Amino acid sequence: MRKKSLLERIRLLGRSAIDIVGVLGRSGMFLMHALVGRRGIGGGFQLLVKQLYSVGVMSLLIVVVSGMFIGMVLALQGFSILAKYGSEQATGQMVALTLLRELGPVVTALLFAGRAGSALTAEIGNMKATEQLSSLEMIGVDPLKYIAAPRLWAGFISLPVLAIIFSVVGIWGGSWVAIDWLGVYDGSFWANMQNSVNFNEDVINGVIKSIVFAFVVTWIAVFQGYDCEATSEGISRATTKTVVYSSLAILGLDFILTALMFGDF
Amino acid sequence: MSADNDYAVELKGLSFTRGSRSIFNNVDIRIPRGKVTGIMGPSGCGKTTLLRLMGAQLRPSAGQVLVNGQDLPTLSRSDLFDARKHMGVLFQSGALFTDLDVFENVAFPLRVHTDLPDEMIRDIVLMKLQAVGLRGAVELMPDELSGGMKRRVALARAIAMDPQILMYDEPFVGQDPIAMGVLVRLIRLLNDALGITSIVVSHDLAETASIADYIYVVGDGQVLGQGTPAELMAADNPRIRQFMKGEPDGPVPFHFPAPDYSADLLGTR
Amino acid sequence: MQNRTLEIGVGMFLLAGILALVLLALRVSGLSTSSTTDTYKLYAYFDNIAGLTVRAKVSMAGVTIGKVTAIDLDHDHFTGRVTMQIDKRVNNLTTDSTASILTAGLLGEKYVGLSVGGEDTVLKDGGTIHDTQSSLVLEDLIGKFLMNSVNNKDAK
Repeated sequence: MRKKSLLERIRLLGRSAIDIVGVLGRSGMFLMHALVGRRGIGGGFQLLVKQLYSVGVMSLLIVVVSGMFIGMVLALQGFSILAKYGSEQATGQMVALTLLRELGPVVTALLFAGRAGSALTAEIGNMKATEQLSSLEMIGVDPLKYIAAPRLWAGFISLPVLAIIFSVVGIWGGSWVAIDWLGVYDGSFWANMQNSVNFNEDVINGVIKSIVFAFVVTWIAVFQGYDCEATSEGISRATTKTVVYSSLAILGLDFILTALMFGDF
Repeated sequence: MSADNDYAVELKGLSFTRGSRSIFNNVDIRIPRGKVTGIMGPSGCGKTTLLRLMGAQLRPSAGQVLVNGQDLPTLSRSDLFDARKHMGVLFQSGALFTDLDVFENVAFPLRVHTDLPDEMIRDIVLMKLQAVGLRGAVELMPDELSGGMKRRVALARAIAMDPQILMYDEPFVGQDPIAMGVLVRLIRLLNDALGITSIVVSHDLAETASIADYIYVVGDGQVLGQGTPAELMAADNPRIRQFMKGEPDGPVPFHFPAPDYSADLLGTR
Repeated sequence: MQNRTLEIGVGMFLLAGILALVLLALRVSGLSTSSTTDTYKLYAYFDNIAGLTVRAKVSMAGVTIGKVTAIDLDHDHFTGRVTMQIDKRVNNLTTDSTASILTAGLLGEKYVGLSVGGEDTVLKDGGTIHDTQSSLVLEDLIGKFLMNSVNNKDAK
């Protein structure tokens, strides 16, 4: 292998930075073109419904199962720690707040990126490789409006819904473990929770978080599929990129949003 | 009007660069109306790019792309949409929409461009499928079709709007002799029966030469030669000769550029 | 056709989401449907409000009758001013009522407890409670305890 001199490495660093700016620019224009402006031909509502099904409904299973287990684990772990301070009755509020503020939006978004996001990227990448996107163009249909836009909207709508379902299922699972198994009084479980969970601050902020995540994850997933190299290797690289970039973006944005929403500025 | 009638597609002074590489440099190509024209050349010479330029998927860096007298890159979005009604493209892999069945695939252009009622669409789809011999496959999904059948369905889709110009991107690649024969017959048949202009991009010499009325040989970013198949077979130009006769060594060399052989074997590496 | 199942599936999915949101609102966060009851404002000044936060409960005899809506510093007297919204139905708090900052349980949050006095006049919207007891600060308590034990030692 050729040894790279320091100058060479610096040059490559600069090139990468310029490439990243290029990608950001392209993806921004991609998003604008797909969402804004005259609605193109074809499908419309029907397409959206179809995508909502394949993106949202098909993710329900993993979201519900994960939510339940995470809620149950939260109750278990939380109980053992709170018991040391004699505050087991606070298990309910701990489970609820953790889920609503953090785990609900974040974990759901991560699961979504892995399941629905990668599927979107692979599907669109495959369409690019088999020239279906070119065919659409030649017939006169704008692939951005026909293929990308319904999938984008489906993601924006599905993820917040999934996140709410995740939190509810998690709280229910946690209540089941805490009340039926660990012996927390069901009255105090729910009463403490209701006293400390504020709808505007906790629930709505959680929903806002998941809306932001939905926007970013779906955008990344659809763009990566559209932008990939039209070979099978290109598609697999794009799918990996979707999962990795989405996960990093989710965690980074979560920190920023949490600081903004729950910090004391 | 009469001058336009002779040529369905004209590329005038066309240049196209990708990044820093110049793919085409001041190319002039004229596709006569109502005939089958082949565009041939060694792999990687940009034949598919030429098709995409003719179909306005790509914009040229310079020059005009005249289709039926209209310069495509200058058209507004709605004019381009109308112009696309008269063009059909058959892509190399067929490019059927995998989530729609055969019927919906062929019906797609009709639904996009027209407001025809369902019964009429049904009749047209069945007629087009009959023309390619696949009327019985109307309810199958694309993944249930063989490669050759996919291409024929894609062809039915390409002629759904009765276009004036049909473009074929490498239609003969990877086909068994029977499928090849079917395609060859269909291309010729459609061209003569419907009076359309066919443009076939291929590097399959034998098949293309057997159906083309006129051939352009493209390479190095320019037109290397043009003429009827017979004229080209007798050409003097060594590059055309190497291509037409399939000689392994000539202007396109056998050896990839490499340092001196003995130095490589014996010397320092 | 397949379309019907798709649409039903998506409809149920969205319905489940809305239901979950409603569940969260009512059962989990205790959003009361009667949260639009009328309230009136009362002020109270404390030497030390340490630990009290906005939206803490205001209760009397253990029953929640309102909440803290603002906490700021009174620049003139250097005391903490707590603003409370009290349920309008509790309209017979006497002008000599007391407000104390108490702790709910061991690890619990601070809240404001009110108790009435004996005057005839009642507090109105914008009224102030003057008799207040500040929050118990642990360091002061320890200091007091140490002082006491030192005094006792001296006295012996």
